[in-house]
Amino acid sequence: MAEPLLAVRGLRKRFGGLVATDGVDLEVAEGEALAIIGPNGAGKTTLIGQLSGDVRPDAGTIRFAGADVTALPAAARSHRGLARSFQITSIFREFTALDNVALAVQAHAGHSFRFWRSARAEAVLREPARVILAQVGLEGRADVVAGTLAHGEQRQLEIAMALATRPRLLLLDEPVAGMGADESQRMVQLLRALRGRHTIVLVEHDMDVVFALADRISVLVYGRVIATGAPETIRLDAEVRRAYLGEEVPG
Amino acid sequence: MRPRRRALVTIVTLAALAAVPVIAGLAYQPFYLDLFRRIMIFAIAAVSLDIILGYGGMVSLGHAAYLGIGAYAVAVPALHGIHSAWLQWPLAMALSGLAALLIGAVSLRTSGVYFIMITLAFAQMLYYIGISIEPWGGDDGMRLAGRSQLGGPLDLGDPHVFYYVVLALLAALLLVGERVVEARFGTVIRAVKSNEARLQAIGVASFRYKLAAFVLAGAVCGLAGALLANQTEYLTPSFMHWTRSGDIIVMVILGGMGTLVGPVLGAAALLLLEHVLSAWTVHWQVILGPLLVLVVLYARGGLSSVLPGVGARHG
Repeated sequence: MAEPLLAVRGLRKRFGGLVATDGVDLEVAEGEALAIIGPNGAGKTTLIGQLSGDVRPDAGTIRFAGADVTALPAAARSHRGLARSFQITSIFREFTALDNVALAVQAHAGHSFRFWRSARAEAVLREPARVILAQVGLEGRADVVAGTLAHGEQRQLEIAMALATRPRLLLLDEPVAGMGADESQRMVQLLRALRGRHTIVLVEHDMDVVFALADRISVLVYGRVIATGAPETIRLDAEVRRAYLGEEVPG
Repeated sequence: MRPRRRALVTIVTLAALAAVPVIAGLAYQPFYLDLFRRIMIFAIAAVSLDIILGYGGMVSLGHAAYLGIGAYAVAVPALHGIHSAWLQWPLAMALSGLAALLIGAVSLRTSGVYFIMITLAFAQMLYYIGISIEPWGGDDGMRLAGRSQLGGPLDLGDPHVFYYVVLALLAALLLVGERVVEARFGTVIRAVKSNEARLQAIGVASFRYKLAAFVLAGAVCGLAGALLANQTEYLTPSFMHWTRSGDIIVMVILGGMGTLVGPVLGAAALLLLEHVLSAWTVHWQVILGPLLVLVVLYARGGLSSVLPGVGARHG
C-alpha cells in the first residue's frame, strides 16, 4: 500500500481577487506528522478548511484513505476519519467538558434519533469520553462548564473532541495559539504522545512547536507550497529563510 | 440548570393549573376556567416552539401556521359530520407536521434573518390561502359545527372535562419534552444552537436533526390548534396571522427560552396581562410593550429565571 493517507492535487481557492490557495500539492503518509508553516495570510487556515470540508475548493482534488473526498461535506469526512481543531477555539460552551466529548463519541455511535433515554445516562457515551478526557489531562475538569475552562484547557478539550471521533488524520490549526508558556508546553507533550498513533497535519506559527513535532515541514507562501522537506532541510533552506524563518529561528 | 429544581417548578405549575377549576368554582368565577384553558392551549403551542427556538436556536416567526392548520383539521371534518377527536387530532398533527416538513426543508437551508423572514412568509402564505377559501368561511371564518368527540365520559362540552383533557395533554408534553431534550436527539438540537460548525466537524450532519425537530414542533403546535378550535368554537384564518406567531415567541421569551416549563409561565403571564390590562384600556399593548422590554433587559432568562433554580442554561 504505497498510496498516501492524504493526497492533495492542484488545490485552488480564490476569494474575490485574493488567491488563498494557488495550486497546492501535498502528500501525507500514514503515521506521519506534517507541519504547514508560513507567514500570516499565506492561506494556512483556508487550506485546513478545504481539507476538513468547511471550505469548498474551486479546483483540485483531495483524496483521503483511497477515496476522493473533494465533494464531501465536513460531517461525512469526519466519518471517514478526518478530525480538525479550530484556530479560534470552537467548543460547546454551555456544555460541560464531559458533555462536549460525549457528544463527539455520540456522533460516531450510530444515528441520534433517540428520544427517550438521557444521553447523560448512556455509559457507552460517557465511559469512552472519560477515558479521552483523561488522555488529554482534563479528567479533573469533567463536570466544569466548558465556557468557564481556562483557555489552555479549552484547547485541550478541542483535541479531546477530535480524538473522540477516532480519527485517522488530525488536522490541527494552531493548537498552541494564544497559550502561555506552561500551557503551550503541556500541549506539545500531549501532541507528542499522539504522534505515531495518529497521522497529523499541523498548522503552527510557533517554530519550537513545529520542530518538536513535525516529521516533515511544508512552507506555504501566498497560497503556494514553496518547499517541503525534513525539519533540518527546511531550517537551512535559503528561500524559506528569506520568506519566513529569518528572524524567528536563530541559526 | 439543575433539572431537579426545574422538575419541581413544573410539578408546582401543573398542580396550580389542576387547582384552577376548584378555585374558580369556589369563587363563582367560571370565566377563569375558560381563561386558563386558553392559557394551557397556548402553552402547548409555546412549549412546542421552545423546542426549536429555545433549545435549537431556530427563530421561527411562522409557528402560528400550525395552529391554523390544526384548527382547520378540526373544523373542516366537523363541517362534513366527522367529529371524532381520534380522527381530527391525529389529522391535525399529521397535516401540521407535513407542512413543517415542507416549510422546514426550504427554510432550514437559511439562517439568521433569512430564516425568520422565510418562516414568516410561509405562514402569511397559508394565512392568505385561508382567507381565500370561501367554503371554509374565508375571511370571516366559520362557526365550529361541534366540538371534537373523544367518546365515553370525555365530553368536551363539559368545561371541566375539556379543561382536564387539555391539562393532561400539556403535562404529557412537558414530560415527553423533558426526556427528548436530554436524550441523544435533544443533545444534538442543543448543540446546533451552541455551535453548529463544531457539530458538523465532529461528524453530525445537523440538517436532518433540525428538520426533525421542526416537524415535531409543528405537529405538537397542530394539536394546540385543534384544541384552540374547540376552545373558541370558531375557525378563523387569523389563528395563522403573523402577529399570533409573534405572541407565541413572546410567551417563550417572557417565560424563559430552553426551559419547557418557562413558556407555560410565559403563556400565563401574557394572556393574564392581556386580560387585566385590556379591562383598563383598549390600548393595553402600550403597557405590555415596555414590560417586555424590561424583561428582555433585566431578566434575560425570562420569568422562570426569576424563580429559584430554573435557569435556561444546561449544566
